This record gives sequence, C-alpha cells and structure tokens, in this order.
Amino acid sequence: MPPPARWFIKTAFVFLVIALGFGAALAVRTGAPAGFWRPAVVHLFVVGWLTQLIFGVAYWLFPRHSRERPYGPTGLAWAAYGLLNLGLALRAVAEPGLSLWAWDGWRALLTASAVMQTLGVLAFAVYLWPRIKTR
Amino acid sequence: MHPLSRLICRTAVVYLAAGAVLGGCLLTAKALATFPSLWRLRPLHVEWLAVGWMTQLAMGVAFWIFPRRGSASREGRMRAAFVLLNVGLALVTLGTLASWNALVTAGRLAEMSAAPAFVSAVGPRVRAIGTHGKAPKSLRKG
Repeated sequence: MPPPARWFIKTAFVFLVIALGFGAALAVRTGAPAGFWRPAVVHLFVVGWLTQLIFGVAYWLFPRHSRERPYGPTGLAWAAYGLLNLGLALRAVAEPGLSLWAWDGWRALLTASAVMQTLGVLAFAVYLWPRIKTR
Repeated sequence: MHPLSRLICRTAVVYLAAGAVLGGCLLTAKALATFPSLWRLRPLHVEWLAVGWMTQLAMGVAFWIFPRRGSASREGRMRAAFVLLNVGLALVTLGTLASWNALVTAGRLAEMSAAPAFVSAVGPRVRAIGTHGKAPKSLRKG
C-alpha cells in the first residue's frame, strides 16, 4: 500500500476514534450532543473518517495512472491530505469556539477552515479523475 | 474498470466536488454571519455528498470489483440503477431550489427505485471467488 493511502487510512482511524469518543463524551455529559458541537462532531465522522477512508482506498485500489507513474501526480494527493486534515482540525476548534467564546478571530479561522477543506476535496477530485478509467 | 463503473464513479466525483463547494460556502456564510438564505440549500449539501458521492461511488466500485457471474454482467439493471439514482438526484436538487415538495418527493421515489435495480444487478455477484465464472482481471492479478 503506497504512503499516501496509508496516511489517509490511518488518519481516518484516528478521526473515527476522536469522533465517536467526542460524541459519547458529549452524550454522557449533557444527555445529548450540545447543538454547537454537533456540526463539528458530524464532520469529524463523515469527512475525517468516511471520506478520508474512501480517499485512501481509492488511491490504493483504482486503476494505475500510467506505467511510468502508477500513482500519477502524488503531490496533488499529498496537498489534498494536508488541506483536508488541517481544515478539519481547524473546524473542530473554531466552530464550537465561535459559539462559546467571544473572539473575532474565530470567524477568520472558520473561514480558513472552509477554504482548506474545500480545496482539499477539490484537489483529490482532480487527482482521482484520470485514474477512473478502463485500464 | 468497466465503462459503466467509470461513468458511475466519475459522476460520483462530480457530486463530491459540488457538495464540497456548497459545504465550503455554507461554512463561510456561518463564519461571516452573512447570506442566511444560503442555509436553505443545506439539504442539497447532504444529498449530494451522501447519495451523489458516497452511495454512487460504492455502487460504481461494487459493479467494477465484485466477482463476475459467468458472462452475465446484468449491465442493463445497473444502467437502470444509475439513471434512476441520477434522475432522482436531479429532481431533489430542482425541487429544493424551487421549494417544490412534489418534485423532491418524486426525486426520492426515483432514488428509492434505484436501490432494487442495483441490488438485482450486483446482489448475485456477492459470493466466494471461484464458485462461478472468473474473477475480474484486477483481482486475478493480485
């Protein structure tokens, strides 16, 4: 399994543990996940775990890019990995922060998180496109 | 990869990109406390990513990689599933944009109809490799 696939998949495992742990902790503490935590926790699960696992498996399993470069432009996949995870981590802090503590900086951080996550996903979509082929 | 799988997976990637861009816009609107009307489109963000991306990619990969049952690929049923799913997605999208519930309902019914078509196309292929026919080339190569 090539390195980007391993990193995507292992990071997905980390997000799985964090998201489910966070969800359980909030449920135990408040009876139900508090509203301002909910979107962040849902995205840790759906983006951090599910989407990232799909990215890792797709990188590993989809038809090779070419004989010379089996995995194609790996820099684009690494950029997707970095942007997606940095954006997600930033969101996990900034989204609840916006509701909990009065500080204007949260708005800038949350905007940066939105841009990074979007660019990360787009980078992976562009990376994967040529590998969706009939050999 | 089977040409139909390629079509399905590429369509899924288009929904991934669209869903991510819409999600980015929603999160930015939340961060900057602007364009509150944009939140009307939140159901589309969920629809495009859960059905258009994840479900559709899973269908495309399953049709590509599951063990083949002899020469019968049941391509017609898979094609029907693809058409129904994407007509459904289009109707749900239009219905949400136009705030027209009847269209959303019609879209959901089309999506629902895609499920049995998909299951009948791929279901018989869920079995141990070597019990019938040949495994796809990708698996035979190891």
